[in-house]
Amino acid sequence: MSRITVSEERCKGCLLCTQVCPVEIIRQSERINQHGYKVTEVPAESMGKCTGCASCATICPDVAIEVWRSKKPKKAA
Amino acid sequence: MSMPTKDASASEELVFARPASMVDRATHYCPGCHHGIAHRLVAELLDELELVEKTIAVASIGCSVFLYNYIDADSVESPHGRAPAVATGVKRARPDKFVFTYQGDGDLASIGMAEIMHAANRGERISVVFVNNTVYGMTGGQMAPTTLLGQKTTTCPVGRCKDREGSPIRMAELIAQLGGTAFCARGSLDSVKDIRQAKKYMRQAFEVQTKGLGFGFVELLSGCPTNWRMTPVAANKRITDEMIPYFPLGVYRDVAADGTCGSTVAGGE
Repeated sequence: MSRITVSEERCKGCLLCTQVCPVEIIRQSERINQHGYKVTEVPAESMGKCTGCASCATICPDVAIEVWRSKKPKKAA
Repeated sequence: MSMPTKDASASEELVFARPASMVDRATHYCPGCHHGIAHRLVAELLDELELVEKTIAVASIGCSVFLYNYIDADSVESPHGRAPAVATGVKRARPDKFVFTYQGDGDLASIGMAEIMHAANRGERISVVFVNNTVYGMTGGQMAPTTLLGQKTTTCPVGRCKDREGSPIRMAELIAQLGGTAFCARGSLDSVKDIRQAKKYMRQAFEVQTKGLGFGFVELLSGCPTNWRMTPVAANKRITDEMIPYFPLGVYRDVAADGTCGSTVAGGE
C-alpha cells in the first residue's frame, strides 16, 4: 500500500496538492498549524487508494509531503 | 537523512522526500508561491549531479534574496541584478566551481538587464535560473518588464498598456540570440507535467556549464498568488491560460544538440 505523509508544520494550506491528486483523496482538514494555515490531509479511510504517484509532492511548494510506495512483491518465477 | 532510502519496513520505500541539499526549514514564501518548487528542483539537481560540495550560488534581490537560507551550499548575495556580473567574477576566479545565479524577473529583466545580456553574450560558464512571475513580488506587486498586457499591478492599476509601457519582454527568446548562450529554454511550474519538464531543462542548463560548453539559461514561469490577488489554485490556472500562450515553453537554443560551439551566433551570422 502506498501512502503519503504531510508535514503539518510545513504545509501552508495552498491546496495545490488537492488539485493534482489523480484519485482525489487529499482534502483540507479542520486543523490549523502554528502559522495559522489549515493543513491538508488524507483521511485514513482513503489512504488505501493512494497510488504513490508523487504528483502532490511534486507540486507542493513547501516540500511538506513525503511519498512511500509499496514494493511490488517478487513472486518466484 | 532525508534521501530516499530503503529503510523502514521492507514492504515500502520512500520515493519522494526533501532533497539533502535543501535545508529543513519553513520558507518565508507565501502559500502557493512557486519559489519553493524552484528551490527544490535546484537542490535535487545539485544532489543528483553531485555538485553540492563545489557549488557557489549567487542569489539576487527580490523574494529569492534568502536563497542561501534554503540551499545548503556556499553562496554570495548580489542584489539589484548584478548576480551575473558577480557570478562571472566567481567563476573566473574559481573555474573548478559550479556557479549558478537564481534571479527573479524584476531583478534579471529590469535592473539587471545589462548584466545578464553581456554575461550571456560573453558565454560565461555559469548557469542562470530565471523565475518569471510577471511582478515585483517582494516590494508589493509593482509592474515588471514581464507584466502581461492588461495585467493590473500597483503601478499600472488600470492594466498594462502597450502604448504607455511597452510589451512584456520575452527573455528566453532574447538570451537565445546571443553568441555565448549554450542552452536556453523556458519551462513552467504550474502543473506536475510542466514541473517535471522544467527540471529536465534545468538539468541541461546546469550540464552545459559542467561540460564547459557555455552559458546556460532557464526561465521558469511561476505564480505569485499574493500580488496577483488570487488563490494559489487560480494563480496556477492563470499561468496555464494567460502566461504560457504569451511565453511559449520549449528549448530556444541547445548547442549540444546542434553540434555548434558556444561562440557561434544563432541564425548563422
